[in-house]
Amino acid sequence: MVNWPVILSIAKTHLFSKIKQTATAALGVTFGIGAYITLVSFMTGMNKMLDDLILNQTPHIHIYNEIEPSKEQPITLYDQFENSVNIIHSIKPKLGQKKIHNALPIIKYLNENKKIKGAIPQIKTQIFYISGNIEIGGNLTGINPIEEAKLFNIGDYIIEGSPEALHNTDNGILLGAGLAKKMSLSVGDRVQISTIKGAVFPLKIVGIYQSGISDIDDIQSFANIKTVQKIMGEAENYITDINVKLFDINYALPLSKKIEQQFDLKAIDVNTANAQFETGTTIRNIITYAVSITLLIVAGFGIYNILNMLIYEKMNDIAILKATGFSGEDVQLIFMSMAVLIGLIGGLLGLIVGFGLSHIIDNVPFKTQALPTIETFPVNFNAWFYLIGISFAMISTFLAGYLPSNKAKKIDPVHIIRGQ
Amino acid sequence: MKTILEAKNINKFFEKPVKFHVLKNINFKINKGEFVSIMGKSGCGKSTLLYILSTMDTEYEGELLLNNELITNQTRKQLSYIRNKHIGFVFQFHYLLSDFTVLENVMLPAKKLAEKSHKEIKDDAMQKLTMLNIGHLANKRASRISGGEKQRVAIARALINNPSIIMGDEPTGNLDTQNSENVFNIFKELSTQHGLSLLVVTHDEDFAKKTDRIIQMEDGRIIS
Ligand SMILES: Nc1ncnc2c1ncn2[C@@H]1O[C@H](COP(=O)(O)OP(=O)(O)OP(=O)(O)O)[C@@H](O)[C@H]1O
Ligand SMILES: [Mg+2]
Repeated sequence: MVNWPVILSIAKTHLFSKIKQTATAALGVTFGIGAYITLVSFMTGMNKMLDDLILNQTPHIHIYNEIEPSKEQPITLYDQFENSVNIIHSIKPKLGQKKIHNALPIIKYLNENKKIKGAIPQIKTQIFYISGNIEIGGNLTGINPIEEAKLFNIGDYIIEGSPEALHNTDNGILLGAGLAKKMSLSVGDRVQISTIKGAVFPLKIVGIYQSGISDIDDIQSFANIKTVQKIMGEAENYITDINVKLFDINYALPLSKKIEQQFDLKAIDVNTANAQFETGTTIRNIITYAVSITLLIVAGFGIYNILNMLIYEKMNDIAILKATGFSGEDVQLIFMSMAVLIGLIGGLLGLIVGFGLSHIIDNVPFKTQALPTIETFPVNFNAWFYLIGISFAMISTFLAGYLPSNKAKKIDPVHIIRGQ
Repeated sequence: MKTILEAKNINKFFEKPVKFHVLKNINFKINKGEFVSIMGKSGCGKSTLLYILSTMDTEYEGELLLNNELITNQTRKQLSYIRNKHIGFVFQFHYLLSDFTVLENVMLPAKKLAEKSHKEIKDDAMQKLTMLNIGHLANKRASRISGGEKQRVAIARALINNPSIIMGDEPTGNLDTQNSENVFNIFKELSTQHGLSLLVVTHDEDFAKKTDRIIQMEDGRIIS
């Protein structure tokens, strides 16, 4: 039977009578845990931002029709040449391959899949922007602005205007920021574009698009799907790309394979399309883990050291307690509760310090062209970090208290008394 | 007469620095209510014997019985309970918990025993302190009182659980004649009125002469 009130009151007296050491030990914990939380929140915040930079606007699966020569040339279908070698020079891709056949039923079918958050159509086409007597080559993508904003956050990259504005304007265009600058155009102006076939259309600028990647911003613009179909003189079922967003990105690869098989289309998942992205994420994660584990271990050793000293200073008290009838277990519990109390107080303070520092970082302005939506440093406020932090404080102080207190438990009081 | 404490053939060796036979064939009994003193030259093994009798030192040969029960080879946990309930110990040098007040020092063994309420323990402790003329020090830190006062606090602490036997290693060594006499009278009264047994090491001939029996030691042996 353990007499907790007595044990805790002794632990409390020890802690308060050596308030400086107690404070030092607790502050050691506070510093370790606070630094851990700050760093891990900041680093994962950064990582997440960098990931989002790609994931926000990248479809998890991109479905399109690749321009490639047919694998089966007519000659292979002809039985008579089955056993002979045929050599065909200068194979050319088939005409009209860009269009996805039955795009609308496919989109409908995909949207019924429970794993898919949304599948939306796009039309990609090459055009020329006409500025005076110069023609600038570029891309015009036909989109469904509202859906595009919902699934791929295009709104984040529209620095002037809005997806709704595009949706509501029939002959509207979202002009790339680089283009707007080159041609000295701004929202409300008109821009002439010409198709490859030579038809010229005036479009009204309803917004400016900036992805942060200047190679893109110098050529890319967006318009409503209908507008693009009209410009190209195509029917309403003319769709060149389908972009799919999933609930769980891990299904991207298997699902893309399935789509390829089922519809005989090219379906590329996000990781295949951005192989360097995954590698970068992995490396950043490894660095984050390495740094946080190092921090926690350093904090753990500090805790161990201070508690060890605290206990050796109290050897005299240990002998007296044992001589007057406290058992080894009682003595151990006294020191363990001291350790755990230090861990708890220091750890909780560490959480507060960590939260405070994270909050400060979260408010430090951080502006960069590449990330139009970011105003301050990104910080990931994740309850898990706080849980890990306090658990680690408790576990490490427990261990740090356990080893020396176990020694105190075993020692014979006479050894201490005679040793004086 | 009921035997409280019995030592049978106690032998003790120190291994370091050289093998040293410090206690040789110690045999004696202490009865209930008996007030016994131990005398002997410095270094003859009195403290060593007392540590063994008080169960704090378990590295010895021979048998030790408390209330006719063998306590040799009992577990540490059992021994700490025995020390708590049955044995009051006053060290040669006053050992108090310096971070605690005088009152808390006296109360702690009783709190550990947990047989009485907090208030009873406090009243008991105050009564013991007053009896030893140090009631006014109750709320002082144990590190801030004189040597003689500390010794009396240690005596109060030894008495708090109404043990079967009190062992003292020169419990009056630091006291003036008047206080020494007071302690003696308290001990005497406890032994005659309450049947408490006492085993006290002393160098004070007058003190020893007034006790019921004197055990004389020389070179680790009892000579009379
Ligand atoms: N830890 C030890 N290791 C080796 N020898 C020891 C140890 N402790 C004590 N001794 C020796 O054992 C002998 C008995 O010591 P003890 O402390 O019992 O003497 P004592 O009779 O209490 O003397 P005093 O009256 O001065 O207190 C002494 O000769 C001492 O040197
Ligand atoms: Mg001695």
